[in-house]
Amino acid sequence: MLVTPALLWTLLFFVAPFVAMALLSLNFQSSDGLTISNYTQFFTNPSYYRAMINSLEVTGMVTVISVLLAYPFAWILAEQIPARLQRLALLLAILPFWTSYVVRSYSWLLVLAQQGVVNEALMRTGLFTEPLQLANTRTATIIGFVHFFVMLLTLTIFASLKQLNPSYRKAATDLGAGPIRTFIYIILPLTIPGVMVGAFLTFVLAIGDYITPQILGGNNELLMPQLIMMQIGRRGDFPLASALALILMAVVTIAYIACARWLKIERT
Amino acid sequence: MFTTLISSLKRSACAAALAGIALASPASAADLNALIWCDHADPALLKPFEDANSIKVNVKEFEGTGAGFAIVDQSQPGDWDVMVIDSIDVPRGVAKGLFEPLPEDKLPLGDLYPEVTMDGSTKVDGKRYGITEKFGYNTIGFNKSKVDPADMQSMNSLLDAKYKGRIAIYDYYLPVIGMAALAIGKKTAELTEADLPAIKEVLLKMKANSKLVGEVTASQTALATGEVDILVGGGEWVTAGLAKENPALDFSVPKEGAILWSQSLAMFSASKNKDMALKFIQYVMSPEGQARLATSSCYWGMPASKKAALDDSQKKILRFDEQPDFLKRSQPYPAPNADLDKKMQDLWTEMLQTQ
Repeated sequence: MLVTPALLWTLLFFVAPFVAMALLSLNFQSSDGLTISNYTQFFTNPSYYRAMINSLEVTGMVTVISVLLAYPFAWILAEQIPARLQRLALLLAILPFWTSYVVRSYSWLLVLAQQGVVNEALMRTGLFTEPLQLANTRTATIIGFVHFFVMLLTLTIFASLKQLNPSYRKAATDLGAGPIRTFIYIILPLTIPGVMVGAFLTFVLAIGDYITPQILGGNNELLMPQLIMMQIGRRGDFPLASALALILMAVVTIAYIACARWLKIERT
Repeated sequence: MFTTLISSLKRSACAAALAGIALASPASAADLNALIWCDHADPALLKPFEDANSIKVNVKEFEGTGAGFAIVDQSQPGDWDVMVIDSIDVPRGVAKGLFEPLPEDKLPLGDLYPEVTMDGSTKVDGKRYGITEKFGYNTIGFNKSKVDPADMQSMNSLLDAKYKGRIAIYDYYLPVIGMAALAIGKKTAELTEADLPAIKEVLLKMKANSKLVGEVTASQTALATGEVDILVGGGEWVTAGLAKENPALDFSVPKEGAILWSQSLAMFSASKNKDMALKFIQYVMSPEGQARLATSSCYWGMPASKKAALDDSQKKILRFDEQPDFLKRSQPYPAPNADLDKKMQDLWTEMLQTQ
């Protein structure tokens, strides 16, 4: 009885739209009957499945780089900043969340432009005579994503670090382990679940994001959300867009299952 | 007691449902509800009409006909009164049964440039469903302080190695495919599937020379900030609005020609406010309305009416006097059937994915 509202909510806002999209992707509105042609098109057209490969490559890189940057950042916040200043430090860390996502992406475009701050600084060092092509590249997309997701991961990893019982570290020190060994054998394994949850969130949010690659990538390659939007823009091809969205959803589901299984194995 | 409670609950549910419907609807029937492109959202255009008719114009912006039709599909019949639409897509709206024939005798059709009335698209079965309100060119936009304007008189320059990495391409497949067709000497109205391999070759060469393929804001920003010096598919809609801040931005109609874009206004057949919808269309087509629309803060474009009340500086920026020559050398948007349209979009996707 208690789960009824949640069940109804799920049915109304997840199951029903999902079924509608699945039917739409099979061209159920067409007089020719149900067909899997939209799915076939994805798997047989190199430009289409290339979008999925691009998405996985970009998202994979974003997730790894974000974890590598966020972990030390979270560690400094949790371990090196005095407790009374931690709240302020966290507040400052999440400042980028306060600005509009679109505005932030356009700002990055200007920062990375030929005459932008980054290129100007590089030219002044004398190491470069020509400005680098930074804006409108995959690198720009990754920078835009990482800037956002490092903050998200920092929060999840920080929470994991703060939940660690300090007696584990003391016990390790008492048993003769140095700081590096303590980190590798005690702290890191215990915070991995937090890292994995943050990494999974990063993966899911990045792979479905349209704004960042569209603004910063310069359309020099297409990612899945851009390919989906293309079908809707002028032609209004909702069946193909639905099929592509469901394929993307399947990939996210596989990533979730892999993540959940891994966490389960870790716990046993 | 129980019956009273049930009936009270029913009344509350009905009230909630009605409130929900009212909230979901774009506005009340007394207002005018318009599905528009961003140039119609300019208060300088809307306010005089609202003040003169004591009415509120509720606008909803969209990009792309498919997205516009999707909004209509998700609305109740009668929610919308007027729609801005690519002139070539008017027949798609008519086929869906969305549009109301417009009374030609109540519209200033005689004031329009004959080349932009586009009766082939705006009229279906002899009835007028759309009226062209604004037009322009997808051609070559450039920064004349960085590019030799003489080079911009030929599309071949876009493939020249000396402009490698200095070009942006406007991200809309129809006009740019049209430009590629002009480059190989094809007429946009006669394109068939057999032309696509040659068009693809031109597109891939353009892409190899380009730095980015961007939608309106991105390509405009790239040209304005000096990230690129040339915009393929650009025209007065990019350069005119920025002319005051950056007078070096200009456009050319090369010897191969340009692609004529044109947007129309249409009235919904389910509109509950048809008189006011017609008044709005008449206002936009009036000399004052045309001038305000042409110089909208979102993007400038040529007014469809020759009588638009533009001042001299605005006419100069829009190159008003050169229009007869530009129009003579322009060809309409490709208007492919659904099958060819799909193939063109796939070709565009392939071009975007090519490194």
